[in-house]
Amino acid sequence: MTDAPRLEFRHIGKSFPGVRALSDVGFSVRAGSVHGLLGENGAGKSTMMKILGGEYIPDEGEVAIDGRAMDFRKAADAIDAGVAVIHQELQYVPELSVMENLLLGRLPTRFGLVDRRRALAWTRERLDALGVDLDPRAKLKALSIGQRQMVEIVKAILRDAKILALDEPTSSLSHRETEVLFRLVRDLRAQGKAMIYISHRLDEIFELCDAATIFRDGRKVADFDTLEGVTRETLVQRMVGRDIGDIWGYRPREHGDIRLSVKNVSGRAVQQPVSFEVKAGEIVGFFGLVGAGRSEIMRVIYGADRRLTGDVAVDGQPVKPSQIRDAIRHGLVLCPEDRKEDGIIGVRSVSENINISARRNHLVAGLFVNDRVEAKTADGYIDRLRIRTPHRRQEIRLLSGGNQQKAVLSRWLAERDLRVLIVDEPTRGIDVGAKNEIYNVLYELAGRGVAVVMISSELPEVLGVSDRVIAMCRGRIVAQFSRDEANEANVLAAALPEGASATPTPAR
Amino acid sequence: MTESSAAAIGATRDTPATRRRALFWQVVDDYSLILIFIALFAVLSASVQYFFSWDNMVGLLLSVSQIGMVSCTMMFCLASRDFDLSVGSTVAFAGVFCAIVANATGSVAIGVAASLAAGALVGFVNGAVIAKLKINALITTLATMEIVRGLAFISSHGQAVGVSNEAFFTLGSASVLGLPVPVWVTLACFVVFGVLLNKTIYGRNTLAIGGNPDASRLAGVAVDRVRIAIFLIQGVIAALAGIILASRMTSGQPNAGEGFELNVISACVLGGVSLMGGRASISGVIVGVLIMGTVQNAMSLMNIDAFYQYLVRGTILLIAVLVDQLKNRRQAR
Repeated sequence: MTDAPRLEFRHIGKSFPGVRALSDVGFSVRAGSVHGLLGENGAGKSTMMKILGGEYIPDEGEVAIDGRAMDFRKAADAIDAGVAVIHQELQYVPELSVMENLLLGRLPTRFGLVDRRRALAWTRERLDALGVDLDPRAKLKALSIGQRQMVEIVKAILRDAKILALDEPTSSLSHRETEVLFRLVRDLRAQGKAMIYISHRLDEIFELCDAATIFRDGRKVADFDTLEGVTRETLVQRMVGRDIGDIWGYRPREHGDIRLSVKNVSGRAVQQPVSFEVKAGEIVGFFGLVGAGRSEIMRVIYGADRRLTGDVAVDGQPVKPSQIRDAIRHGLVLCPEDRKEDGIIGVRSVSENINISARRNHLVAGLFVNDRVEAKTADGYIDRLRIRTPHRRQEIRLLSGGNQQKAVLSRWLAERDLRVLIVDEPTRGIDVGAKNEIYNVLYELAGRGVAVVMISSELPEVLGVSDRVIAMCRGRIVAQFSRDEANEANVLAAALPEGASATPTPAR
Repeated sequence: MTESSAAAIGATRDTPATRRRALFWQVVDDYSLILIFIALFAVLSASVQYFFSWDNMVGLLLSVSQIGMVSCTMMFCLASRDFDLSVGSTVAFAGVFCAIVANATGSVAIGVAASLAAGALVGFVNGAVIAKLKINALITTLATMEIVRGLAFISSHGQAVGVSNEAFFTLGSASVLGLPVPVWVTLACFVVFGVLLNKTIYGRNTLAIGGNPDASRLAGVAVDRVRIAIFLIQGVIAALAGIILASRMTSGQPNAGEGFELNVISACVLGGVSLMGGRASISGVIVGVLIMGTVQNAMSLMNIDAFYQYLVRGTILLIAVLVDQLKNRRQAR
C-alpha cells in the first residue's frame, strides 16, 4: 500500500453561477476497492462525478490517476484514461439493440456491411462471461430500467475501464437485479478495478464498500478508511449535520371513516380487479417487487390510465373513470413515480410547479391568475417544506431530486380540499434528511384526516411509515398486514412470486 | 470555515465579484434581444436615408402587421411544443373565401364572419387531429397546408377574386389616429395574447404543456382541450390576417401568403420562443417581428436585390438561434 492510489482527487473546487458546488474537496480510491460516496442531494457528489467523467472542468484542483495529474477537457479524455462514469440518467440509444449499444461505433464489419453474426456471437459470449442475462437483440427501449442499467455497466466493463463510478445504480433496480449488480461489482473489485459507489441506501454502502467519504454542502466532512465499527447513525449524522433521531418518526394516529374505496378496479396493465379501502388519517403502504402492478393500479385509480372496470369513491362520492380532473375535484391526487417524466415541468419555475393545479381556486374576476396569492403560496411551501432554491422563480429542473419532490408534494398540499393522497416512490433517490421531512409531511396530512397511500420498493420504509401494509404480486393484492403484524420476512414472502408458502395472512 | 456555517446556507455564497458577473449576464440574457433591436434601429436611422421618417415607420408597421398578428398565436403553438405550417394557406383561403361570400351575399360582414369561421374550422381540424389522434403536428399541418391551399385555388379557379363592395377596402386602408387599421389590429393582438399568455390559466397551461405534456396532464391540465384551443384560435387569427391582406390588395388571391408560415415561425424564434416548448414571451415576439420588418424595410430602402434579402433573413435567423443556444448552455452549466 505504499504506491500512489489508483484515483485521487486533489483540492477540487467548482462554482456555478450563484452556487459554490465544491470547495477544496479531496479523497483517494485504491485499486481493488469500492469507495462509497455519501451525502445529501446537492452535497456535490454528482458534480464530482461529472468532473471525474470530464464533463465539468474544475475551477481549482486536479484529478490524478496512478499519481499522475490528469487534465480532462472533455468526456472522451476521461474515457481514454480508463474512467467510466455511469450516471443516474443513462445514456443509450433506445431504438438500438443491446448488441448495437454495446458495440456502438465499433461494430464488426464485413465488406463494409455490419457483420451481425459475428457481433451477436461476441456479445453473447461477453454477457455470458459476466453472468448477465440479457437478449443481445432486444431493443433497449423494450428493457426495464434495471436491464438498461446493466447494459450501461457492461459497456463500461467492455471498454476496459480501470476506474468505474456508479451514481445511484440501484435506485430503480429490482431485488434480483440488485443482486446481479452486487456480484458484478465484487467481481470487478477482485479484478483490481477502483470503484466509486454512490447510494442513499446505507445498507448497500455497508454491504459493498471498503471505504467511504461523506460530502456535505460541497465540502468533505468525513473520510473512513474502513467501515468496520462504523455505525449507521454515525454516517447519517455526518451526512445531515444534525442528529435526526428515529428516521421514521412514526406516531400512532386515530383513524376515521372510510375515505377511499376501490372496488374491482382493473385497467389494461392490471387485468385482475383490485379492491381495497383506506380510512381517513390512515397511511397504507403498498409493497411489491418492480412490476407487481402497484403504480399501474394507482394510475388507473387516479384516472391517468383508462379504467376498464370497477368503482372508485372518495367519501362515498363516485369518481368518474379515466378523468384526472374529476379525481382532483374530489380531492384525490397522485404524486407519480417518475418525477422527471411525470412529476415536474422542468423548464417552469418552482412557483409554477406548485401552483399549476390550485390556482383555479383563486382567480381574479374568474379569469386572471392571482400572482400575489401564488407567490405567497409558493414561498409558504418553500419555507415550510424547506425546499432549497434560491427563489421561487428558479426553473425547477435546476433543483435536486428531493427538492423537486417536495415541490410536487406542495402542488397537492396547496389543494383546498385534499382528501386522498397517493404517493408513488416518494423518496426514491432522495437523501436521508429530505426523506425524513417527506415522512413528516405524510404524517401531518394523515393527522388532518387525509387518507394516504404510499407505494415504495423499500421495505424498511413501508414498515416504518405505514399503519397498514398491502403486498402486491403480479397485479394482485396477495396479503394485508396491520402495523403490528408486518415484518420484513412476512411482507417480503408475500410479495415474492411463488412465495405463498411463507405467507401467514391470506389475501382478503 | 466551520462545518455549521457552511451547512447553514445550503450552497456556500460566492464572492460579490462573481455575483455581479452573474447578475450582468442575467441582464444581458433577459434584454439581449431588445438591446440588439435598439442598436440595429439606431444604426439604420443614422445610416439609411428616409428610414427614420413617419411615413416609413408607418409603412414598416403595416408591412409586419399580418406577421405580427399570427406570430401571437404561433407563439402559443410553439410554446406548447407544437408547430403549425398551415397558416400561410389559411391566409390565402380566408381572403378568397371572404371575397366570394361577400360578393355572393352583398355583405362584407357576412363574408368576414364566414371566413373567420372557416379559419376556425381549419384550426379545429388541426388541433383535433394532433391532440386526439396523436398525429405529429408537423405532418398534420403539412397536410392541411396543402389541402387548404388547394381549396383556395379550387374555390377561386386559380384567379384573384375581386370585391365589388367598397366597404371591404376600408378594413385595410382606413386610418385611425394616424395609424392604419391593420396596425391597430396587430397592436390589439399583442395586448390580448400577451395578457392571455401571462395572466390566464390558458396561457400558463400552454407553457406547462410545452415544458412537459405528461406531467401537465397528471397535474390536472386538460391537455387535449388546450391544444385544440391553441390551433383553433390560430386558425381564426390567420383568417383575420388573410381578410385584412385581401382588403389591402383589394382582392382575395389564392397564392397569397406563400412562405408566410416560415416568416411567422422565424419571427417567434427570433423572439426567443423555444421550439422545445415551455418558453415564450410576448415582448420577445414583438421584438422578433420588429427585427424582421426592420431588416426587410431597410434592405428595400437600400435597394438591395430581393434575391439577397433571402440570404440576410436566413443568416439573421441562424444567428438568433445560436445566441439562444449559447444562452441556454450557460444556464445549464
